[in-house]
Amino acid sequence: MRIGTIDKLDKFRAKCERQFKAQKKKIIVCLGPGCLASGSDKILDEFKSVLKKKKIKGITVETVKKTGCHGFCACGPLVVIEPEGIFYAKVKKIHVKDIIEKTLLKGEIIEKLLYTDPHKKSKKYTDYRSIPFYKYQTRISLRNLGLIDPDEITDYIAAGGYAALAKALTKMKPQKIINEVSKSGLRGRGGGGFSTGRKWATCAKVDDEPRFVICNGDEGDPGAFMDRCIMEGDPHSILEGMIICAFAVGSHDGYIYVREEYPLAVVNLQRAIEAARELGLLGENILGTGFSYDIKIIRGAGAFVCGESSALMKSVAGEIGEPRAKYIRSVVKGVYDKPTVLNNVETFATVPVIIEKGSKWFASIGTEKSAGTKAFSLAGKVRNTGLIEVPMGMTLRDIIYKIGGGIEEDRQFKAVQTGGPSGGCLPEGKIDLPVDFDTLTKAGSMMGSGGMIVMDERTCMVELARYFLDFLVSESCGKCVPCREGLHQLLILCTKITRGKASENDLDLMEKLSKVIQVGSLCGLGQSGPNPFMSTVQYFRDEYLSHITDCKCPGRSCRALITYTINDKCNGCVACISVCPEKAITGEKKKLHVIDQDKCSQCGSCEVVCKYDAIDIT
Amino acid sequence: MLNMQINGKMVKAVEGEYILNTIRREGIDIPVLCDHKALEPCGACRLCMVEISKPEWDGWTRHVTSCLYPAEEGLIINTHTPQVTEIRRTILDLYLARCPNSDVIQKMAGEYGIQKTSFETIPDGDNCIMCYACTRACEVLGKSAISAVQRGPDKAIAPPFDKEPPDCIGCLSCAHVCPTNVIEWNESNGTRTIWNKKFEMISCAKCGKTTTTREFAEYIIEKRDIPKEYFDICDDCKRTELAQKMGRLVDGAKEVAI
Ligand SMILES: Cc1cc2nc3c(=O)[nH]c(=O)nc-3n(C[C@H](O)[C@H](O)[C@H](O)COP(=O)(O)O)c2cc1C
Ligand code: SF4
Ligand code: SF4
Ligand code: SF4
Ligand code: SF4
Ligand code: SF4
Ligand code: FES
Ligand code: FES
Repeated sequence: MRIGTIDKLDKFRAKCERQFKAQKKKIIVCLGPGCLASGSDKILDEFKSVLKKKKIKGITVETVKKTGCHGFCACGPLVVIEPEGIFYAKVKKIHVKDIIEKTLLKGEIIEKLLYTDPHKKSKKYTDYRSIPFYKYQTRISLRNLGLIDPDEITDYIAAGGYAALAKALTKMKPQKIINEVSKSGLRGRGGGGFSTGRKWATCAKVDDEPRFVICNGDEGDPGAFMDRCIMEGDPHSILEGMIICAFAVGSHDGYIYVREEYPLAVVNLQRAIEAARELGLLGENILGTGFSYDIKIIRGAGAFVCGESSALMKSVAGEIGEPRAKYIRSVVKGVYDKPTVLNNVETFATVPVIIEKGSKWFASIGTEKSAGTKAFSLAGKVRNTGLIEVPMGMTLRDIIYKIGGGIEEDRQFKAVQTGGPSGGCLPEGKIDLPVDFDTLTKAGSMMGSGGMIVMDERTCMVELARYFLDFLVSESCGKCVPCREGLHQLLILCTKITRGKASENDLDLMEKLSKVIQVGSLCGLGQSGPNPFMSTVQYFRDEYLSHITDCKCPGRSCRALITYTINDKCNGCVACISVCPEKAITGEKKKLHVIDQDKCSQCGSCEVVCKYDAIDIT
Repeated sequence: MLNMQINGKMVKAVEGEYILNTIRREGIDIPVLCDHKALEPCGACRLCMVEISKPEWDGWTRHVTSCLYPAEEGLIINTHTPQVTEIRRTILDLYLARCPNSDVIQKMAGEYGIQKTSFETIPDGDNCIMCYACTRACEVLGKSAISAVQRGPDKAIAPPFDKEPPDCIGCLSCAHVCPTNVIEWNESNGTRTIWNKKFEMISCAKCGKTTTTREFAEYIIEKRDIPKEYFDICDDCKRTELAQKMGRLVDGAKEVAI
């Protein structure tokens, strides 16, 4: 069916909404990447097969819905029962029958599946909206995740989808759209934080055709999965944002560049594209307005650097994805040397809401210079890892303690790393900083695409820097010298520190080298490559120095600098002897054991097995 | 014509040229490794960096590679600020760690006061500095027989799958443009070897000297629409022949004049 006019779209929406609302009872199973990994698809199937056999009034197989990631992956697999919003965490296949029989049939709550507050062990939450993890969030780009089935365009339309497109195509001139996006203050969510409106405006002005609108779905940052969840869980929001952009800048062709490791994103996006085309929302003569725009999916080459704009555009054109040094911006000469708008997934997903609710509304959220919200993937040593979206300007503390639930095992907070592999680490003293583009940059870190890794007292900052440098060295495309050789040397020097073999001169050399890599590199990877080192040395210089001068690792993690010894809590249980790969431990049953330091390789296995806290690490 | 300022001096630049060109025309020497007059610039070596500014930038400056930055009206260029020199020195220092045995690198580094690298010498680093001159040359030729493989510090130039490159025609362009002379090739008994591929040479019908590979001759004849016989005689013999022809012409002209 093709929707040939805006009126027809409104009628169709009314029908979709009726359908959507008619299903009052819903069993929502999260099929996001986290829950899927712990078998939520089996739970979905189980619900369907049980409901197929059982005849319950008002509840059918259709009552079970799959959605994208709800964000609270630490508690997955998740099942939510609507309309009450009953939130069941860590659901297993064996719970399915119970949920149907108790909760659906009798309205009983299954206590053991509820989420418990880690601070007040007795406090349980029924409605997910009251759980702090959800309560403190504001969702714009993630608005539909957890609510709609990504495979049903009718769900998206029922949730208000494509209304912004209709408005843009009929009630707004391209220039008006660009103005609106500019005034909203939306800045690119892919890392740089460049004004989206300004980018569009420049592209629209270039006197060259054709123009292209591309979505960057490469998401190469390890540990980040915001873009993945949107592509998998709400693909239409991206399409809608792209079509609006295309209309605004006068483009008729576009691409979504999806990284190789996201096959489900490709499937869901492809299905969404076809569904949108079938309804006449994409392709020739969109909604009968005479405007045409179509989108192709391109599968990325699986390299971090392919997310960089010039490399991505080369890759789209079928060439090797290496950045090129160009002092002419890609809005002017982009893919095939034609004017190109490249925006991130989250950026595009935000656009329809801005068009619908207006720039004023969007600008009123967040801070003056960083409007709106930002999605983060919260990871590391916090209790509630997962996907979140908060208004810009929320403090790191609120994110980590209110939403993240604090540090695991109530350990001491040490630092938070933001901005992905080339971002930076902020210490305890910066925890009350508001999260926005400029504040993070000023503090020596960055927003990046939105990775956020929390570290506790047992993290060694030197080792952390080494880890990220190692990643960057292997992801450097190797085209230019400062990045290829410079980051490699930085890694060699950093490794030397973790082995206790470095001098203070080495530290000076690293700082000098870092500055040259930053100014001298060809693309953003090299330019921000020294960040993990620069920010940790800025805030944790003592820790570097104690590795260098005292040969001690305060985080007790650098193998070469720690010693394992057995204290008098040892009761001679012998457990450690059998796991020690070096046969370094000796001792008789029920007697104090000893570690032969010459043999010990600091593997840590003994500490893991000892139940009596008898192994000391110094 | 555009007006720019280089190291405080007003200079003229041609619309569309890169600023490295203007800088050179002014007789200012800046080191380069990946720039080659016959090839499109690629910005890999980063040695040609300069500091730029514009009047409207309010004193704000930026570092760019001059081989790729187009000339602009009003541009203010500084080619030897302490920071620029520091960048070059560190880069040469890094090169020296990777290619300690390269004469070219040793000499350039020496000019910047570096005798020994401050960094750890990379074991089994060869003299290839990844300047892409070879691949760019081969690409211009229309062959692209070799390319850059791997990533990061493992990046290297190699034929596809490290086998004899099927598209290579043995023209030696790559070897000739290589600034550090790492591309090995040799010629003996009418055979040329490059990239481990052996080529039979064609010889001059007159003097018998070997000229070029059969593959190269055929490729050029087809591509440039050159007469088939073009490679039958070597360049030397062609010149001799031409000289003789000219001689006869001149002699003839003399006769007419008399
Ligand atoms: C090494 C490198 C990797 C990048 N990876 C991504 C990525 O995975 N996704 C992304 O959207 N932007 C990435 N970027 C930023 C893009 O180059 C570009 O700025 C962005 O896609 C523009 O979209 P935005 O304005 O909406 O942020 C990367 C940049 C660099 C330097
Ligand atoms: S900075 Fe690194 S990733 Fe970017 S072009 Fe240079 S070598 Fe490649
Ligand atoms: S740290 Fe590893 S090697 Fe050392 S004593 Fe314990 S188990 Fe053995
Ligand atoms: S495991 Fe712990 S308690 Fe048991 S023998 Fe080893 S050190 Fe002693
Ligand atoms: S010799 Fe072979 S690899 Fe070298 S430029 Fe000629 S064709 Fe290319
Ligand atoms: S082989 Fe020579 S020309 Fe080719 S990249 Fe290496 S140094 Fe440059
Ligand atoms: S995948 Fe289910 S909550 Fe994230
Ligand atoms: S000559 Fe400009 S970067 Fe090499």
